[in-house]
Amino acid sequence: MHFVLLPLPCREGMPLSPPAGSLVRSLHSVSAISGLGERLGSRIIAGMALPPPDPQFVLRGTSAEVHTLHFYCGDQEPDYPILFSGSSNGLIHVWNLKTRRVDTILDGHGGKSVYWLEAIYGRDRLLSQGRNQQICLWDLAEGRNTVTDSVFTENVGFCKSSLLKVAQGHWLMAMPGKDLDEVQVLELPSKTSVCTLKPEADAKPGMPMCLKLWQPDFGSCPFLLAGYEDGSVILWNLSGGKILSRLACHQEPVMSLDFDSEKTKGVSGSSEEVLTVWSLDEQQNLKVQKTHKLVNAGIADVAIRQDKKILATAGWDHRIRIFGWKKLKPLAILDYHTATVHCVSFSDHSRPSERLLAAGSKDHRISIWSIYNQTSGALHCPLETRKPD
Amino acid sequence: MDPEPFEVGHAVREAINILSSSRNGVQISEVLGTIKCYLGGTENQAPLKEREEFTRVHFSAFLRGLVSNLSPDWIELLTSDQQKELWDSFFLEGPADQVFLVLLDSIISTGPSFRLVKVISILEQFLQTGGMSALMWEVCHQQAQAGLPMFQETLLNKVVCLPDHLCNKLQGNNLPIFFPQNYFPLLATEIIQVLQRISDSLRGGLDCSISFVSQVLGKVCVHGRREEILNVLVPRLMDLTKVDCIWQRMCWRLVECVPDRWIEAVVCGFIQKAPGADVLSRLLGNLVVKNKKAQFVVTQKLLLLQYSYVTAVLQNLLGYLALDSLRRSLLIKVLKELLETWGSSSAVKHSPVEQQLYVSKAILICLSHLKEPEIESNGQELLTSMMGGMKCHLDSNLPRVRRLGMIVAESISSRITTDGPCLKFQYEDDDETRELKSLQQTARLQLPVTDLPNAGNDSPSATPKAVSKRSGNPHPAASAVPEEESDLELDSDDDLIPYDMSEDKELKKMKAPVYIRDCIEVLTGSEDMDKWEATMKVLESLIRRNSATTREVSMELAKVLLHLEEKTYIEGFMELRKRALVAVTITDPVPVVQYLTSQFYSLNYSLCQRMDILDVLALAAQELSQPQASGKNKPRSTQSPCTLTVPCSDSSQNWRRIVDERIKSKTRRLAKSPSLVEPACGPNKFSSLAGHFFFPLIQNFDRPLVTFDLLGDDHLVLGRLAHTLAILMYFAIHTVAAAAMGKSLLEFVWALRFHTDSYVRQGLLSAVSSILLSIPSERLLEDMTDEFLETQSWLADVAEKDPDGDCRRLAWQNLLLMENLLKKLRSVPS
Repeated sequence: MHFVLLPLPCREGMPLSPPAGSLVRSLHSVSAISGLGERLGSRIIAGMALPPPDPQFVLRGTSAEVHTLHFYCGDQEPDYPILFSGSSNGLIHVWNLKTRRVDTILDGHGGKSVYWLEAIYGRDRLLSQGRNQQICLWDLAEGRNTVTDSVFTENVGFCKSSLLKVAQGHWLMAMPGKDLDEVQVLELPSKTSVCTLKPEADAKPGMPMCLKLWQPDFGSCPFLLAGYEDGSVILWNLSGGKILSRLACHQEPVMSLDFDSEKTKGVSGSSEEVLTVWSLDEQQNLKVQKTHKLVNAGIADVAIRQDKKILATAGWDHRIRIFGWKKLKPLAILDYHTATVHCVSFSDHSRPSERLLAAGSKDHRISIWSIYNQTSGALHCPLETRKPD
Repeated sequence: MDPEPFEVGHAVREAINILSSSRNGVQISEVLGTIKCYLGGTENQAPLKEREEFTRVHFSAFLRGLVSNLSPDWIELLTSDQQKELWDSFFLEGPADQVFLVLLDSIISTGPSFRLVKVISILEQFLQTGGMSALMWEVCHQQAQAGLPMFQETLLNKVVCLPDHLCNKLQGNNLPIFFPQNYFPLLATEIIQVLQRISDSLRGGLDCSISFVSQVLGKVCVHGRREEILNVLVPRLMDLTKVDCIWQRMCWRLVECVPDRWIEAVVCGFIQKAPGADVLSRLLGNLVVKNKKAQFVVTQKLLLLQYSYVTAVLQNLLGYLALDSLRRSLLIKVLKELLETWGSSSAVKHSPVEQQLYVSKAILICLSHLKEPEIESNGQELLTSMMGGMKCHLDSNLPRVRRLGMIVAESISSRITTDGPCLKFQYEDDDETRELKSLQQTARLQLPVTDLPNAGNDSPSATPKAVSKRSGNPHPAASAVPEEESDLELDSDDDLIPYDMSEDKELKKMKAPVYIRDCIEVLTGSEDMDKWEATMKVLESLIRRNSATTREVSMELAKVLLHLEEKTYIEGFMELRKRALVAVTITDPVPVVQYLTSQFYSLNYSLCQRMDILDVLALAAQELSQPQASGKNKPRSTQSPCTLTVPCSDSSQNWRRIVDERIKSKTRRLAKSPSLVEPACGPNKFSSLAGHFFFPLIQNFDRPLVTFDLLGDDHLVLGRLAHTLAILMYFAIHTVAAAAMGKSLLEFVWALRFHTDSYVRQGLLSAVSSILLSIPSERLLEDMTDEFLETQSWLADVAEKDPDGDCRRLAWQNLLLMENLLKKLRSVPS
């Protein structure tokens, strides 16, 4: 209980330290007017929940908004995990997560912001997509940093591309196409067009906003999930170039989606305050499974961790939210950034305990978090044995 | 006339003669043997008639003779076997009532001597061998054939007062068996023995009176040994009456036969000791219906006149009334009377809060016992008294009283309106409210339990637990996944423990204004609620940062803030507004204080605004009087929110702290710890301003306005005014104006000292404390002697008689302060 009045301890010559508290307390006790005015004070914090953790560390120095992040954690022991970040000034930073310093800075998008990065061929090749309508292939082996190849996208939107490894040395890459509502799928490294996915004229879903290529199991026919401007998610069959299912799950443009091919369910976030989880049934129909209402509107990015346990969202409200993936149970609100969070990314480190979460924000910072990466009961018993690698 | 009676008398006289004169052991034992024949029980006993004659007429005299002869050398004439056989047996086998009287008489009349020791050891044996039950049995037996009232009265006195007599006599050498804590439990077991014998004789078709046992019980209870005797008696009776209807009837009879002047003590004892209402009903039967006195005790005295009993007693009592159809009419009558008390405004005003709590509990328990048809038939009456009671409770200035009113009204309305909306108040739950609410359920939980071995004792404590479960607030974010609980997914997220997510609030995008003039504009004109809210939040810091600008617009700002209404819900709006007003007041004190004090007494303000003015003045005075590090005036905003939420009721803690503080201030520490932070020092800014704060406020309190009548209905504001004046007075310590302020404040106190509202009186008493603390003692005693003495006598009166506990405490506190002042003054010249 605090006292409002301090009994003036410093004054000399005061005979008694008087019962100041009693006077003021009895005065204020009635401030709540009558009982009618007493509000039901419900300040009980549920249980004994721990305060959310602080970032493991923060990477500064991009001196521009961070738009995309991509981890690469080598398989071999001498390799250290690295993090690629693309920023609005067109630079790609390669961060060494051991020293937490920038290893290399790549400049290949003419000062236009970089908004998609993906490693290919291990850590030596990197794909980067920039606002200068180029998708560049970087050669990073042996200290080189040159653009060896590039694709001109003809699209001026913000839609991030998506890469899927279909065979050893062969990839499919989905990218926004020339027409506003078109998605083009290329085969890499040959850059031949596999198909162009264009909705029928009367569908009018608007521009594609986010793409996700996936295949049920390795070697089978790949599918593409695309979120559109009108808030719908469309499942494309690449082999026929046909729409398999279309789900209008948002009122506003879908900003980001991620898909769990094991459970065939995915999650999408839009500029409204709803996070939607939808699932794909045997008849290839998408249907909404669950929605979660957020406190503040706007999700820039969603990412499901590789072990399918948790889900992270990048919020326009500067916060990163963590949910349990199975039931969409809210787990944590990570509040560090002072501006919109643009992207979240999980590392795929072979040791679960070293899997990190990175978030890049408009405030030029990349925050790195270590959260829910003990195999089980992490919060309770840090001594819990880890899963054998 | 028969010759035989004469013979017996002759034999006895002769025997006594021989016993007193003879020094021959053989002769003595022979004589004793002869007399013993009259007692019976031996092989060669005297004829029945002679025996009766002996016990009726001569036995006491003979015993007295035996006792009077007792001396060490006399008793040595007999062998120890003979002593036991002949001497002791007269006492242990003879008619117990006479033996007991003779023994006690001789104990009382003998001084410390061998005889006394012997008699006491006999008495001890007498008690140990069940003499008391024999005694009571004998009296009960005689009573059936009309005994002697005088004799019984004496016997009763002696039985009940035995520990007192022996204690007086033996002082430090008393034997444990005569200690009250041992004697009365023994008496209780003896009573059970007697009852057992009576029940046997009743079963045998013999008539028997129980009234002597009842008298013993009544007298013991009224002598304050209720605890000891009933602790043993009630559990035994409870067991015995469980299956046996004769025992049940006897038990009822036992209580019924207690004379009226003692029945209260017995009934209260039973109600307190019975572990549950059904047990009580078994033990007392329909006593309350048959006995007027008992009815008065149960329905009036225990409920309306006393309030010291624990809740379990209330539950016992009201449950007992509810258990029988004959008594249910009493239950309804009791409820009506309780409601009348609860709803009487004078009771609310003048009775202590504890009693009001007690009455409220009783009402809630009564309600829980009522059945639907009973409620329906009395619905209108209940409604009327609820409305009246609610009004006078909500009028009260004490939050605890208001809350009591709300809870009782809620539960009445929920009972009388079975369908449709019932009353619902907003108040903060605490232990007391939870206990009260739990009382509504307890009766329904308790009644079906017919056979409780000892459940009665812990049921009241067990029920609040069940109720308190509801009060936990579900976590805001957790509400997102309720329907998923049915999901049959085996693996779940449960192993992932959520972090605290309470900080997840809506993000405010609105830019707050940077200039004070912009703030005024927003507050007066803007319709943009976000902007308005942002302005409210930054206003205080803006004012404190830009004191020069604030001074230019201080009056305007004060006016705007004072009239500001909460257009949209903002968390802590009142607090924000108040802090901003305080900040303005501090930045430009003189004009703003003048404005505020003048507005306090002007038309067209709500009570809330007037009280805000008082709060602001008090807080501003506090801040001004606090020494600040030069130049830096930190807003004390972190502490002020607490001022709002402190409830009145925890004044005990409050006092603890004050006492601690006082001890601290009086303890001289020779070595100060070096880690002590150097206190900030600076001039007291309040000293020159105290008058501006104080005098305009105290001036007009007795001039009623159309909308504002301090001495009439608005006593809440008057109480606040008194408290505020006390605070201002307190902060005016060491100022020039203090003496003048004190004088007028004393006059103010004097004028209002008999105010009916306890909150006002508390304020006045606080004011007196402030005066005593702030005014230099010489001034106080020289310039205001009369007032001082008058106040002192008033305080003594309050400390003695005030119904409100806090008032009494404050008065004591003040008297103590006065005493200290006088003491100090006396010690100074010497």
